This record gives sequence, structure tokens and C-alpha cells, in this order.
Amino acid sequence: MATTEDPTHLDSTGKWRRETYDSTPERTDELFTTISGLENEPLYTPDNVAFDYGRDLGYPGLFPYTRGVYPTMYRGQLWTMRQFAGFGTAEETNARFRYLLEHGQTGLSTAFDMPTLMGHDSDAPRSCGEVGREGVAIDSLDDMEMLFAGIPLDRVSTSMTINSPAAMLLAFYVCVGENQLVSRDRLRGTIQTDILKEYIAQKEFIFPPEPSMRLVIDMIEFCAAEMPLWHPVSISGYHIREAGSTAAQELAFTLADGFAYVEACIDRGLDVDEFAPRLSFFFNAHLDFFEEIAKYRAARRIWARELRERYGATNPRSWLMRFHTQTAGVSLTAQQPEVNIVRTALEALAAVLGGTQSLHTNSFDEALALPTENAVRLALRTQQVIAHETGVVNTIDPLGGSYHVEELTNKLEAEAYRYFDRIRELGGVVAAIKENFFQREIADASFRYQSEVERRQRVIVGVNRYELAEEQPVEILKIDPALEQKQIERVRALRARRDTAAVEAALAQLQREAATEDRNLMRSIIEASKAYVTIGEMCDALREVWGVWRETPVF
Amino acid sequence: MAQKIRVVIAKPGLDGHDRGAKIVARALRDAGMEVIYTGLHQTPEQIVETAVQEDADAVGISILSGAHMTLVPRIIEGLKQERGDDVLVVVGGTIPTDDADELKRLGVSAVFTPGAPTSEIVEFLREHVSVS
Repeated sequence: MATTEDPTHLDSTGKWRRETYDSTPERTDELFTTISGLENEPLYTPDNVAFDYGRDLGYPGLFPYTRGVYPTMYRGQLWTMRQFAGFGTAEETNARFRYLLEHGQTGLSTAFDMPTLMGHDSDAPRSCGEVGREGVAIDSLDDMEMLFAGIPLDRVSTSMTINSPAAMLLAFYVCVGENQLVSRDRLRGTIQTDILKEYIAQKEFIFPPEPSMRLVIDMIEFCAAEMPLWHPVSISGYHIREAGSTAAQELAFTLADGFAYVEACIDRGLDVDEFAPRLSFFFNAHLDFFEEIAKYRAARRIWARELRERYGATNPRSWLMRFHTQTAGVSLTAQQPEVNIVRTALEALAAVLGGTQSLHTNSFDEALALPTENAVRLALRTQQVIAHETGVVNTIDPLGGSYHVEELTNKLEAEAYRYFDRIRELGGVVAAIKENFFQREIADASFRYQSEVERRQRVIVGVNRYELAEEQPVEILKIDPALEQKQIERVRALRARRDTAAVEAALAQLQREAATEDRNLMRSIIEASKAYVTIGEMCDALREVWGVWRETPVF
Repeated sequence: MAQKIRVVIAKPGLDGHDRGAKIVARALRDAGMEVIYTGLHQTPEQIVETAVQEDADAVGISILSGAHMTLVPRIIEGLKQERGDDVLVVVGGTIPTDDADELKRLGVSAVFTPGAPTSEIVEFLREHVSVS
């Protein structure tokens, strides 16, 4: 075994390379670097890879968790198969949820439409044409009740992908639970809430960073006190990667965001062990197989080390990085879309070999539209094949100890620490956002990759090699345009029948509390939800107090 | 010396998917064009206004929110009112084939879907833009 202390090793690999390998020429048509541009040696051996087993790898379920966060990993429990779904009104998405649960899915994951994500009601002028298109339209508790109708909240775990208005959606979920007589301390699930990556990559922001951070910390504080089974933040690299970052940037920026939330919570006066066990993560699974696996392993090791050593967490549960993974939407092509099934399967396999806790596999038709039911079922079946037919679940971290994977893990870790230093020099994550640091790094990386593709140094099957002259049409999901009108009528009918005085009182209270620094806003948001105040109304009230965020775009 | 082609790259609607818009903007700039990027979350009216103010030869609309059939026609209509048939309009994003055909019928010159090489977009603009 290679260790850093071993002084006796000979450079036989160098000798092999000079005398044996170099005598045959390499192909020059494609790059041998990772998708992210990291160098790859032709061969890794004990000569050019150094790791200390106890310090760097250890055992599953034990610090530093490089090999996995649970002692038994998939021999104890498979990952949660969680397909992201949502379109149209709550009624259509409720039907899709029930369909997925019937087909063996084990958790729900809600996609919201753009107006919901941006804090506009369905009947707002800005929402025109976008209602129910990219996800489900939710305007108020009334819609949320319909979304989870017939789904007992004490028996499912629910993930909600929403950030700027996350506090409102969490409040709605708590209220639906109460209606079903499921108390908030029994609700299980995750809400994304990761506002920092919105400024960095996904760009669905409403308020400026400071009040947005306050809302996030309000939610973490609230969940620490009242929702012990809930994950109030899912710190997300997924969107950073989709925006065009490298794997190392995804790793580094996501962890930096995580540290920023930890520091903000500590500043609020919370004890790190009170909230850290409920922080969770969300990563991308891109096509560079080993680089992705190394990324997850490095992420676990860095998080554990920093939480223990830098932030002084003493509860081992605070050190654990649990994460959800989604295969890379950005890797899907509109050309020969069936090939996306293969890409997604390979990406999903990397996520599993990297030890993910839950997984979404994209459907092959998603470069064209939202997926059809058949395409979604096929994506879910892909996970089931990996879980039940391939045998990769039988042994924990089966690539641990691979010279190549350990070297890549070390390399990604070192890259991440270089970025942490730069972010610190810029004054932290929020300061770096305001200087467009992340945005520029991502734009540069994405342009570099695109240029490599266009020079055909990176081959994308069906796009820049093996093209078909005539593409076969595929069946795609059409969202009925009438659904927008249906939802507009729903929210208008709600406004007409609810108690207007209660709505006004709730909004006034929310504004009063938002204007002061020292109140946790969750309680007044829950009160407003019960009065059927809409998301748009709550966000507009907060826009008046806090203002809105506009970025200066860089390209 | 030939006039530089002036292109407005526009992001209508509420979605924040700007990877494609930024890559295309940069590729066009590298190809010697004058590129104005509107930034995110623009209304159709704002985009038309920018195209007029910037005296654009072409407008490239990037949209991945599924709202293209609502937002793109409003931009085309606005441009026609302000500039007649003077501005070339191209669209990029997740646009199903049927919708792409309909958009072309309404006056969009080309639709580029995920995977389209930037060189193809550069070439298309060079061939089809008449620089005033």
C-alpha cells in the first residue's frame, strides 16, 4: 500500500513510461484530460499516488467518511429513488406523484414553475406564458393542499426545489401536515433554500443577498427547534455545474456556500451541533465517470474535516455529508435523444459508486421538453437496474483504493482548497458574488468546454460525431395551455372567498417583522399561509421592505 | 471596412438558465460582432426597447422556460412595429420541433436547440444579416 511515509519506493513507473509506454504514440484527436480539464496520467501506481489509509480514507460510517457516511451503505438501505416532478396545476402533479409512488419510487420531489420560484402569483403579468410550464404552479396553501391530496405526509419524504420563496413553501407544507394531523416534528424531507447558489449560478433570486441570508438562517433556526426530521437547506452544486462549471468548481463553490451558512448560523448564536446534522447537499452527476466519483469522495472528506476542525462540531452527525444527486441535464442532447438513456445510466452509476443518498435520473427527452410518463418510468428503471441487477451495491465504495480514483480525489480536494483561499481573500462568498467572481469563473469554464467541443477535441455522440442526417421525431409532453387559465381562475377565486381583513393583518405583521432584524419570520409566514395569503403577496410585501436584487451580467 | 454586425442577446421570461446565452454572446463577440447582452428576466417590451436603442441588426432570444410560444411572438410583434422587417430574429433553447416550425412561420429566422455549435450560429448570422 502506498503511504506518504514510504521513502523507499522506486520510480519504476517513470521508467516504465520512458522505456515502454512512450515507444507507442498516443492518439491526438481527443483530449485525455477530464471534462473539467484536470490532467490524467496514463497510469497510476504506488509510485505516483500517495495516501494514508487511516487518515485519508478510513471506514464507512467513520471520520473522515471518504468511503461513505453509513457503516452499511447500500447493504443496509438503497439510496432513495427520487424523481423530480411537477407541471401544470397541483391536480396534474398530484396525479404524477401517485403514479411514481405506484411504480416503486420511494420519495417525492417537487418541481415548481418559474412564477412560483420567482415569487409571482399565476395571474401576475410577469407570469404570462410560464404558469405550470417548468413545474407545478403553487400560489397558496390552497394549491399545496391539492398537491398532496391523498398522500399521507407521515409516510413519505418530500423534497421541494425552491429557494427565494422557500420559507413560504415550508410554511405551506407544515400547514398541510397539520390538516392531515401530522405534526411538524414528524415531517420528513428537504427544501432546497440554497440562495447563495442562486446568485452564483441558477439566478432565481428575488431579494438582495443579506435579507435572503436572514430568511435562510430563520428557516434553519426554526427547523432546529421544531422540525427535527427536516433538512432546511440542500446546499447545491447541481446548478453550478449546469451553469457550466468544472467539477472542481462545483465542489469548491458548494462547500464554500455550506461554510457560509454554518458561519451565519454561528453568528446568529446557534450551536453548530444544533443545526449541522440537518444540512444536506445536492450534487450533479456528469459524464466524466471517475472525476465524478472522486468529487463525491472529496466532498465528504472536506466537509467532515472542516466541520470538526474549523467549526468545532463534536457530534459526529454534524460531520456527515449526506447528498442527493441528479444526473446532468446539461449533458443531454436534442440530437438522437435516445442516446441520453445511456448517458444518464453512466452518470447514475457514478453517483452510486460515489455513495449518494438519493438520486434523480433525467429522462431522455428533457433536452426537448418536460418528460413524458414513459420517459420518466424508463429513467426510474435505470436506477432499479443499477440497484438490483449490476451488483455494484454489494460492496461499499468499491473503487476506494484505486490508484486513479484516490489520486483524483486528492487532486479535486486540493483544487477546492485553492478556491477556498481565493474566496476568503475576496471577503467571503457574498462579497465574491458581488464582485462576480463565481459568475466569471463559471462563464470561462463553460466557454472553454464549448470551444473544445467545437474543435472536436471532445466528442459528443450524435452532435459532433456520428450524426444522423435525418433525426427521428420523439413523442414529447405537451402542456395544455388551458392549464394556465385554470390556475389563474383558481387563484382569483381564492382571493374572492378568503377573509380579506385576515390577509391584510398577516401581511402588515410580516412587513413589520421583516423591517426589524431580531425576529424569526417563520411564525408570521405560517400565520399568513393559514390566512391563504399567496406567495406573490408575501414576496411583494417583502420586496417593499428589502428591495430586489439585480445582477450585472458577465460573459 | 465592413460594419460590425450588432447583436442583442436577450433572456426573456423568468428562468435563469444563462449558460447558453453567455456562450453564444461570447462566441459572437469573438467572431467580431458587437454583442449586447440584456441580462436575465427581461420582458418582451424591454427586449424590443433594447434592440431599438442599440440599433441591433439581429436579436438572439435564449429561452428554456417553455414560455417561448407566449414570449417570442410578443417580441417579434414589437420589433415589427418599431423596426419593420429590419431585424433578424433567432431563437435558442429547449424548443420542440413543432413549436420551432410555428415560430419560423411567425418570423423567426432560425431556431437552435441544445447541442447546436456556436460556429453554426455565427455562420447563420453572417449569411443572413444585412448590415445597415
